[in-house]
Amino acid sequence: MATVTYKLPPLPYPYDALEPSISKQIMELHHDKHHQTYITNLNKALEASVAATASGNLHDAAAQLPAIRFNGGGHINHSLFWENLSPASSPDAQWSAAPKLQAAINSTWGSLDKFKAAFGSALLGIQGSGWGWLVKEAETNQLRIVTLANQEAVVVGDIPLIGVDMWEHAYYLQYLNGKAAYVDNIWKVINWKTAEARYTESRDDVFKVLKANI
Amino acid sequence: MATTLFRAVPSARAALRVGSVKPAVAALASTSFVRGKATLPDLTSNSSRLLSDDYGALEPYISGKIMELHHKNHHQTYVNGLNSALERIGEATESGNQSKAATLAPLLNFHGGGHINHTLFWENLAPGNKDGGGEPDGALKSAIDRNFGSFKSLQNQVNTALAGIQGSGWAWLVKDKAAGTLQVVTRANQDPVTGNYVPLLGIDAWEHAYYLQYQNRKAEYFSAIWNVINWKTVASRLEKA
Ligand SMILES: [Fe+2]
Ligand SMILES: [Fe+2]
Repeated sequence: MATVTYKLPPLPYPYDALEPSISKQIMELHHDKHHQTYITNLNKALEASVAATASGNLHDAAAQLPAIRFNGGGHINHSLFWENLSPASSPDAQWSAAPKLQAAINSTWGSLDKFKAAFGSALLGIQGSGWGWLVKEAETNQLRIVTLANQEAVVVGDIPLIGVDMWEHAYYLQYLNGKAAYVDNIWKVINWKTAEARYTESRDDVFKVLKANI
Repeated sequence: MATTLFRAVPSARAALRVGSVKPAVAALASTSFVRGKATLPDLTSNSSRLLSDDYGALEPYISGKIMELHHKNHHQTYVNGLNSALERIGEATESGNQSKAATLAPLLNFHGGGHINHTLFWENLAPGNKDGGGEPDGALKSAIDRNFGSFKSLQNQVNTALAGIQGSGWAWLVKDKAAGTLQVVTRANQDPVTGNYVPLLGIDAWEHAYYLQYQNRKAEYFSAIWNVINWKTVASRLEKA
């Protein structure tokens, strides 16, 4: 039995395109090293799991699940993250690029500023490594802010719209222990066009970057 | 060293003493919120003999920049968070709002754990020319040989445990008081070592502990840190365990 092998999706903009919000050095390490490591370890775990399953060794297949969950989550999260960022100068980084989502955010939180404040305090409240997401509940279409530990991914019940990586590797070289400044500055490089697309398109389309890089 | 932790509350001070960390969080929750203020331990006053005015003492294995940020900023943030959690729990308790107090417990665990863990960490490090590095000897060496086969094999186990942490956390060499054995365990985020386990040696695997120097090459940090482990501290923790 064969399994697919995942590949690192190319960054959709140059490494220095998010400066000064996120430095070129962070983007290079984050994309080329951290994200690649999740993919490498995911492929290893998938291969071992498929081989064990094919030979009826359920215990060996089950033993791979934590690695698949962690590294698979890392691959999913980072792939979505790169896409929901954009150079500040691009029209995609304008709040007006997300008209439908804008209406939903306004009706949920009252205003963009109130949403940012709620999202920001959720991000800063994460204890340890993790992610914050704006998600759409698949059943009700309601918007919610969720935080997830480590590399847990938004794959059950909700559609991920905007993710922010709160692992220290995402900001430390530039912001050191000043993570509040990282959270402030990331708003300038949010790709609202991507967020709007995820809000309106099918679930499979939201995750299409993964299949496109096999 | 314990005197720097909780100046105003003897019971909490005793709870935080190395070798009896187990009841610390429980003790904090029940007794110490009234006037107890945790303070950042001064690196000069503890047994690690690190110097606050010489954060570079562990170079080249841990850079001075890392040590300074880690001690002055990160550890201080845990101390502040702990004091604020204690104060808020105290207020909630005084006003009879027990459920509010309970919802604050995660903050107490996180910041209290961060304070305990870092305090133990500074103490179990030392510069290479002052007790740092080398190999354990005496009773500690015998215990390690008995439980792990060899010092080398302990190092391998710890390094494997560190590499396997998914997210932020710590690896510890602990004594299991019930079984009388030594073990290697990991803890997520700032969860302190509790229960039957007495922490002997802790290694911080949060990215802030190494990122400025090692970036994504964390295995290099995990192998470098053995050069600055203070085995005297570990031996004395075992003696009291
Ligand atoms: Fe990341
Ligand atoms: Fe730390």
